[in-house]
This record gives sequence, structure tokens and C-alpha cells, in this order.
Amino acid sequence: MKKSWLSISNIAVILVSVVIALLGKESMAISLPIAAGLLVVYFILKRMGVPMQNAWKVLSVLLLLFTIIAGFNVKVPSIGTNGQTSRNLVFHVPMWIAMYTLFTISVVNSLRYLATNDLRKDILASSAGSVGVLFGVMGFVTGSLWATYTWGGTITDDPKQLSTFIALLIYLAYLVLRMSFTDLDKRARVSAIYNIFAFALLIPLTYIIPRMQDSLHPGSASTPGFKSSDTEHTLQLVFYPAFIGWTLLSIWIYTLRVRYKRLALKNILHG
Amino acid sequence: MPVNTAIQQIWFLVKKDLVLEWRQRHAFFGILIYVVSTVFVIQLMVHQPEEKIWNALFWVVQLFVCVNAVAKSFLQESRGRLLYYYSIVHPRNFIIAKLLYNVVLMIIMSLITLACSVALLGNPLIKPLYFTGIVVLGGVSLSLLFTMLAAIAAQASQNAALMAIMGFPLILPVLMLLANIARSAFVTVLQPGLPRMFLLLVGMDILTIALACVLFPYLWKD
Repeated sequence: MKKSWLSISNIAVILVSVVIALLGKESMAISLPIAAGLLVVYFILKRMGVPMQNAWKVLSVLLLLFTIIAGFNVKVPSIGTNGQTSRNLVFHVPMWIAMYTLFTISVVNSLRYLATNDLRKDILASSAGSVGVLFGVMGFVTGSLWATYTWGGTITDDPKQLSTFIALLIYLAYLVLRMSFTDLDKRARVSAIYNIFAFALLIPLTYIIPRMQDSLHPGSASTPGFKSSDTEHTLQLVFYPAFIGWTLLSIWIYTLRVRYKRLALKNILHG
Repeated sequence: MPVNTAIQQIWFLVKKDLVLEWRQRHAFFGILIYVVSTVFVIQLMVHQPEEKIWNALFWVVQLFVCVNAVAKSFLQESRGRLLYYYSIVHPRNFIIAKLLYNVVLMIIMSLITLACSVALLGNPLIKPLYFTGIVVLGGVSLSLLFTMLAAIAAQASQNAALMAIMGFPLILPVLMLLANIARSAFVTVLQPGLPRMFLLLVGMDILTIALACVLFPYLWKD
């Protein structure tokens, strides 16, 4: 582990305390001390020499436990046709955030691979790509399930649903492309190039085109978002922790996959 | 005659490809027959389709024509010849020449496809000039994207199937945009987002060119 200030644990703890502080809204008097307390305890423990590099994993489990328990029990506002299905918000949306985080990690490592020709960077890029696809599929499945009960169809012609389906196809093609090589260096180079190319086209695809058309998704051109209806902030209270929790979990799976791939290629990397 | 500047190099490469194309006419006429027979098969099956289906079938034919026309631009070059190019020109000039050549080829193919479709499938167009413009723009967009993908696929043990796997998901947004823009050529509809869609399409073309110029030198590092 690097002794860098920019470790995942530090970022995660700071993010969580900021979220806790901001979620207080009217009762900042309670939330601010909790947030400050978390920060202080974390950094004191760190100063005392307690190994905290895995604190973010603990945090991830705690946040996800909170997400699941609170997500199913909290009183949700009734929004349009959603009814109780609004609870899906804390499972469906964070999947996309996790997917984009991983795809960004993937493309950054592809760029670093082209700059350094270091196979380790390729392992990082490909692991992030495959775990990103996993979270993308989960996001698509939770979204389709939600659509079945609110929009009246599992696969609709909603532009966001279609474009994310295409985005998944693009990354599945990335994984297929990787399988078609036997030479490791060539595989790393060509798939890094495709990855950068695909990511650059993914942004207009999933950010610009769906915003140009009417979508069934809340928060797009013709429909109001959830935020305005969530007057008691109960959904928000679960949503932001869920957001961090799921993203941390995705990074956790990603680091495990990286370790596995490094072991698989041990002889080549150190030989 | 000395070939020094980048523009001269690109011009010579494009000219070489065009001359080669004309001398080995079998490939060009092969694709021509491909276009005619595809459109003819559609004609046999649906005769005179209504405008929405006409539009859809037209772009599907365009897609397959483009895959076939562009795929061979890298697959036909032998390893030895690529090595020779590598030793005399900068990879950036090489990819720009390939892009230009494929754009020219695809514009010709697009116009032939359009002529065939109008002749065999009937003419539902109310704005023929507007549609011709879109066909040219579409041909350019398709050929740019597929040229880069053909370059990638050529590295992967000359796998033409791989090009379809990589290309179809990437080309889908472009095709969706094209089909949307083209709707105005068939029926009088109000499309408020039309200029923005054009901008997006041109933007994606520029992005593809820029990425090809930046990434192709890495692809050629063999």
C-alpha cells in the first residue's frame, strides 16, 4: 500500500462525512457533530498507527447494510405511478454511477498503458471494464424490472434504456475483442485503443442523445425529477449513502479482480 | 518528384489507392453487385415499401455496404506492404489518406445505393436534394468510423467478423441520428431539434477523425 494521502479510505471517509453533514438540512446541529466526529475518530485512529487502509471496505458494508435496511423500511413519498417502487431508486441509480466510475478507471488506465506499455495497467483497464459491465447489467436489470411495473413494459423505447443497452453492447464488444488475441502485448495495445475510442463515443451516446429526446425517465425534459416530490428528504437520506456504498463495493470487486488477474499473469509480469 | 510535405504524401497515398481500385476493378464491381442484389432482394420481398420502412431498409443497406467496402481497405494490404508504408510515411498521414480514400469510395457507393433504391423500391422522397445531402453526410460518417475499426480489426488476426461486433454498437447512435434527420425528407414534420442533431453528427465525425489521428500511430507500433 502506498503511503499517499489520496488513499481510497481517506476519500471515502471524507465523502461520507460531507454527505452526513449535508443531509442534516434543518437539523444541522445533529448532523454536523456526527460528521466531524467520524472524521476526527478516523484520523486519530490513523495517527495512532491503526492500519486503516481497509476502512473503506468496512464503510462500504455498513453503508450497504444501511441502504438495504433503510431502503425497504423508510417512508417513501408517493410520486406519480411509482408508489412503493420508488425504493428501487437506491438500487438502480447507484449501479450506473458505479458503472461510470469503473469505465472511467478503465479508460484512464488504457491511456496510461499507451503511455507506459506496462502490462499491469492493462490488467487494471480490463478488470475495470469487466466489473463495469457487471454493474451495467445489474443497472439494466433493475431498471427493466422497475419499468415492468411502472411503464408497462420490460423493454420500452425509452431513449435512455436503449442507449444504455447499446453502451453495454460496446463494452461487451471490448471484452470479445480481448478474447481474440493470443499475444498479450498486442491485446493490451489494441484493446486500449478500442477502449479509448469507445469511451469517447459513449459520452455523446449516453449523455447528449437521451437528453435531446423525451424520456420516460423522471428528471428528463417533460417529467419532474424525484427531488421535488421528496419533501421529507427520506429518499435522499438513503440515496446518497447508497450511492457511495455501491460505488465502494464496485471498486472492492474491481481490486479483487485485479489481484486475481495479477496472480494469473504472475510469471509474465515478474519473469 | 520529391514527396516531402504531409499534404503531398497524403495526396499520393489517396491517388495510389484510387488507381489501385480502378486497376483491380473486381472489388469495386463486387460491391456494386452487392448493392444491386441487396436492393433487388428487398424489392422482391416488399415491392414498394412505405416511407418509414424505405428509410429503415435504406440505412441498413448502407450499413452493410459500408462494412464490406471499408473492411477490405486494411484487410487487402499485405504485411510486407504495410511495413513498407511504415518506413516511408508518418502513420498519421497514412490514416488520413485511408480516411479520405474511404470517404470518397463511400460517397460514390452511397449515391449508387440511393439511385438503386429509388429505381427499384419506388420514390417516396418529397425533398430529394435534402435526402441526397444526408446520404452523403451519412456515408462520410459511416466510412470514418468503420475505417478506424477496420484498422483495429486488421490487428486482430484479420478478423472481419470482429469488425461487425465492434462496429455495430458504435455505429447505432449515428444510424439513429441519420434516420431521425432523414424523416424530414419523406413527410413534412416539425423537428425542433434538427440543427442540433446535425451539429452532433458533424461533431461525432470530427471526434472520430481526431481520435483516429491520435490513436492510429499507437496501433501501428509493430
